[in-house]
Amino acid sequence: MSVTAPITLAAHNLVRCFGRNEAIRGVSLQLRQGEVLGLLGQNGAGKSTMLQMLAGTLLPQSGQIEICGFDLTRHPRMAKAKIGFVPETVPVYRDMKVDDFLLFAARLRRMPPARIMDALAETKYRCSLQDSGKKIIGTLSKGYQQRIGIAQAIIHQPEVIILDEPTVSLDPSQIRDIRALIRELGSLYSVILSTHLLDEVESICDRAEILHHGRLVYGSTSAQMQQYDRNQPGFILTLLSPPALPELQSVAGVQQVDQLSATQFRILHARDSNPGAALLELAAKKGWHAEPLVPLRSALEDVFMQITQTGKS
Amino acid sequence: MILTIARKELRSLFGTPSTWLILGMLQFIFALFFLARLDAFIQLQPQLAQLINAPGATSAVAAPLFSSAALIMMMLIPVFTMRLIAEERRNQTMTLLMSSPVSGWEIVLGKFTGLMLFLVPVTLSCVLIVLTLATGTQLDIGLILANALGLMLLCASYAALGMYVSALTSQPAIAAIGALAISFGLMLVDVSTEEHDASWRALAPTHHFQNFNIGLLNSGDVVFFLLFCGFFLVLTTRQLHNNRIYGQ
Repeated sequence: MSVTAPITLAAHNLVRCFGRNEAIRGVSLQLRQGEVLGLLGQNGAGKSTMLQMLAGTLLPQSGQIEICGFDLTRHPRMAKAKIGFVPETVPVYRDMKVDDFLLFAARLRRMPPARIMDALAETKYRCSLQDSGKKIIGTLSKGYQQRIGIAQAIIHQPEVIILDEPTVSLDPSQIRDIRALIRELGSLYSVILSTHLLDEVESICDRAEILHHGRLVYGSTSAQMQQYDRNQPGFILTLLSPPALPELQSVAGVQQVDQLSATQFRILHARDSNPGAALLELAAKKGWHAEPLVPLRSALEDVFMQITQTGKS
Repeated sequence: MILTIARKELRSLFGTPSTWLILGMLQFIFALFFLARLDAFIQLQPQLAQLINAPGATSAVAAPLFSSAALIMMMLIPVFTMRLIAEERRNQTMTLLMSSPVSGWEIVLGKFTGLMLFLVPVTLSCVLIVLTLATGTQLDIGLILANALGLMLLCASYAALGMYVSALTSQPAIAAIGALAISFGLMLVDVSTEEHDASWRALAPTHHFQNFNIGLLNSGDVVFFLLFCGFFLVLTTRQLHNNRIYGQ
């Protein structure tokens, strides 16, 4: 993804209320081609509401959404043809066969009939559904249904794919498959996904936004973000009888050591070399009384915790 | 686009075993009514023959059969209409339609057409049963056609009404009971109003069907049915749009 890639989705100042409850309060965001944006937030932060508005199933009270230059309210047909939406509960007809359902989804998105069969084969290949075409959707596992949900959203080759908690209630191997699929989709289309899992954002997203009480409170330009070099791996080392700082710094692979307390040190190291084992070995040899290493929490996790905790107090 | 949705509706109707069961039961009931009327007609025929201008087989057998069919369809159609929107909403599949480049009226007309494509053969099966009389007597084809048209229009009205009620809720059972209650209420309006008070009676689809039932093709009745369908189809479209505004 580059900063010069065309903007596929632009939302300006979206507001949405449910009765007196303001679910979304003036949110603006942009998405470029080939970008995967993660929308993080606690339960009830307004993630689903936000995505429903972007997908055109819910109208914003005010604000504007443009998909590839088409206004979603004024030209819904043009704009929606460029969207693929997978809501939290996948919208699959359980009594239909996989092929029939995907063909129906393609026709519903007004694909030219001549292209439909090719698109079906390609989509099934991409979502690893080649062997399930004749099966009834209701008889398939949750992971497969999730894949069918994603397949219906990409069969018409949309510019923007909107995924609402795509890996919720899946088992670890299914989660891994779906994430790999999303990463692959991210290289072709623009993807926006909501989740409350931090590692999901870190493993598949290019960029993250945190939604809290209906507002975007964190973006890649946020000041809080600048304080951390989120890519630098490290761990906390606890030594009950610690040596002098330079002695730790001299261990091969250690890039930076900060003393956090009398016995705790934050060790930062390069991504490809982990000095953990060497440090522990040295500690054992010199009698520093080392305790188990604690990996550093990611920058995103720090920011997320900080924001949500502030919200509570 | 309307046809795509209609075809999907028709396929999912025929994809469920209960539809076939209901179709089978319906044929059985139609046949039972038909044979009972035929039996009564054969027993009464010697006496009828003495009358001047006596009713023929068509009006003695076919008309009552269509009249009973109208009552049965009133009770049956809500079972099919409840699925149209309420069930889609409960299964959260409505999102697929709402996020597709399809307008509200296309969704509504598609679903309505799908259900009508299913109901027309049901009506025609009733006509086919009556046509078996042609082997033994001369039939009043005009009366049969008027009845068939009337029954189709009546079914269309109940379908449109049922679909609107279905759009109001996400509980299919409530959609079915609601549609049945309204249809039944309209029938009661027809039955209970006094003869001279025709204005209330004019609201009831069953009242307009009665003209078709006696072989009277009145353009006013046709217009009533078309307006009735149109009114509820427009309301359904509005309701779907409201879902976008107020959330589902």
